Amino acid sequence: MGFFDRLKEGLSRTRQNLVQKVEELVTGRQHIDEELYEELEEVLISADVGAEMALEMVERLRKKVKEQKISDPSELKNLLQQEIVALLGQEAVPVKIEQKPTVVLVVGVNGVGKTTTIAKLAHRWKSEGRKVLLAAGDTFRAAAIDQLEIWGQRVGVDVIRHQEGSDPGAVAYDAAQAAISRGVDILIVDTAGRLHNKNHLMSELSKVGRVLDRALPGAPHEILLVLDATTGQNAVTQARLFGEAVGVSGLVLTKLDGTAKGGVILAIQGELSVPVKFIGIGEAMDDLRVFEPQQFAKALFGQEETGE
Amino acid sequence: MAMFESLAEKLQSTFKKLRGKGKVSEADVAEAMREVRMALLAADVNLKVVKNFVAKVKERAIGQEVLDSLTPGQQVVKVVHEELVALMGGTSSKINMSQKPPTVIMLVGLQGAGKTTSVSKLALYLRKQGRKPLMAACDVYRPAAVKQLQVLGNQLDIPVFSMGTGVNPVDIARGAMENAIATGRDTLLLDTAGRLHINEELMGELKNIKSTVKPHEILLVVDAMTGQDAVNVAETFHEQLGLDGVILTKLDGDARGGAALSVKAVTGCPIKFVGLGEKAEALEPFHPDRMASRILGMGDVLTLIEKAQASMDTQMARDMEQKLRKAEFNFEDFLVQMQQMKKMGPIDQILGMLPGMGNMKALKDVQVDDKEMKHIEAIILSMTQEERQNPQLIKDSRKRRIARGSGTSVQQVNNLLKTFDQSRKLMKQFSDMRGGGKKGKNKAKGMFKMPFFK
Repeated sequence: MGFFDRLKEGLSRTRQNLVQKVEELVTGRQHIDEELYEELEEVLISADVGAEMALEMVERLRKKVKEQKISDPSELKNLLQQEIVALLGQEAVPVKIEQKPTVVLVVGVNGVGKTTTIAKLAHRWKSEGRKVLLAAGDTFRAAAIDQLEIWGQRVGVDVIRHQEGSDPGAVAYDAAQAAISRGVDILIVDTAGRLHNKNHLMSELSKVGRVLDRALPGAPHEILLVLDATTGQNAVTQARLFGEAVGVSGLVLTKLDGTAKGGVILAIQGELSVPVKFIGIGEAMDDLRVFEPQQFAKALFGQEETGE
Repeated sequence: MAMFESLAEKLQSTFKKLRGKGKVSEADVAEAMREVRMALLAADVNLKVVKNFVAKVKERAIGQEVLDSLTPGQQVVKVVHEELVALMGGTSSKINMSQKPPTVIMLVGLQGAGKTTSVSKLALYLRKQGRKPLMAACDVYRPAAVKQLQVLGNQLDIPVFSMGTGVNPVDIARGAMENAIATGRDTLLLDTAGRLHINEELMGELKNIKSTVKPHEILLVVDAMTGQDAVNVAETFHEQLGLDGVILTKLDGDARGGAALSVKAVTGCPIKFVGLGEKAEALEPFHPDRMASRILGMGDVLTLIEKAQASMDTQMARDMEQKLRKAEFNFEDFLVQMQQMKKMGPIDQILGMLPGMGNMKALKDVQVDDKEMKHIEAIILSMTQEERQNPQLIKDSRKRRIARGSGTSVQQVNNLLKTFDQSRKLMKQFSDMRGGGKKGKNKAKGMFKMPFFK
């Protein structure tokens, strides 16, 4: 299966939930009326776009329809695609690997898939020929260190670990030192899942950031917030509060395959200007993809990839 | 930002407008319902559920019952509350225990919902009720999942059955069953791997486990932060396995938990437990009426009282109640209270249960972690008895002495004094707010009454 087809397959559920519903909505309609707008709004809400964002998007569509004097309902699908691309941005925003070592801090609430994402990132960068080191910074959850260690063995990268219950800042510091002395290209630091409304846990996270900066000025160079695509409107709050605590530089949207709706990403883009950098579309190692807005929108709308 | 206001705040501000009116017109109700709709959607309540809900409330609110009553605004709030309770399933449910042990409980759900944690929390909960639980590690896919359960079992001193990761989960479940019988454990909890509900192969595996060990109780673990898809997930798991109930996790976050509202409405499966924190004790039975009160910002007084009763002796509770009422407590009482409260659980949760707290902005970010509690305790312990009874005495040089004595800073001492003063005022407000309520099922301990509920 081709690269793009895999993406299309991974997004099939989201497509069913969003684009196909829009298609069903517009086919057989003669004109664009209030009822159609209302139903469109509901489709968006059902895809977790959020009530306010959905209202806003429909409002913009309404305006465009008026301006461009559109009367054919099927045109709405294209307009919607344009809207989504406009929200998501045109170009992919890659993780910059310029420093040596580049330190990537991975954060998020419990159960979003941080450790798995780290394994996939390590795999990706290792297969690009880079030297990767992992830091087992989740010293809280039972067996989280072992989980990362097993992934490390599978991927074939070293893991810096302390005991369960130890200070995650100390792990981060040691890992940064080790990364320097071993001449590593990329250090990925795992952290314990934490709910963003627990102040003391969030300040622990900012401390990890400060410790990294002390060990290696400028680090962490990239702070990735992992979001579960099944999450509803709370994801917006997560993005905002993690951003305030540690300054998130990119988002990773996991579990987009299968169950996901992932529409919340539009709400986040409307609210904050943090780019999506990776998306997880399956369980296989290669299923963590660099997020390319154009390609994503095409796959979402079930179009063929041109020029590949 | 309007988008981040909680459901309780939104409904409250909507109904504040209504409450002030003597008469509610159809237009008023329509206006309020629009806001209820938006708030529920922002809380991730399923769209279909929202539509039904709003229609139902509207019908009742516009009907005779409301317009003829003396205080129509309150009446509308009451209708919303009642419908919320009804939506979440009426009364709370219990675990079906089998006559013939062992009772088998299987936990299923998506990846990252919190199954393994919930298994250990539920095992602890059941042990406290006199059961003898055995936990079985049937998640052979996620790296170190077996180890995780073993570590938790060790911490809680609850046995864990495992066969490593090279074995079919169906065989592990069967082995666990035999082991439970052989070792005389009367409750078997099966931890299963997280899976997508549309993954036929893995759903088939669950069906095989089900037909092999015939669980008495299959519980779906749902993350409270789940969006619109929560109902689809629950529906599919229910169709495939026949669920007996739901455990709603991560409710200690700030997600508005619309999943709770939706899941029961769509699948008919009751929410039986909620996960409220990272500690093993942080699992509680789900009470729809309390959850509805909480959503509406009316406080969760019943849970608070229950917690207080579970962790304090009655005399102490009575004393505390008296003092809180009269707002005459001092640092000595504060110290006693703190020690008691430590047993009750995290303070921010306790505060969240108090009526009216939902919309007190100043208190929204109050978070006391255990370390801070220790500091506070040290500061109070460094005061003389006189100072504890009479905090006004504490001026600069005393502050410096107390700071030195407790190993803290003058600033921290100041902070405590300020917080103390604030909370004293707050308690005063509560006792003024009381009165007139007759709803309290718990008359003996009518600590706080609902602020606007008759």
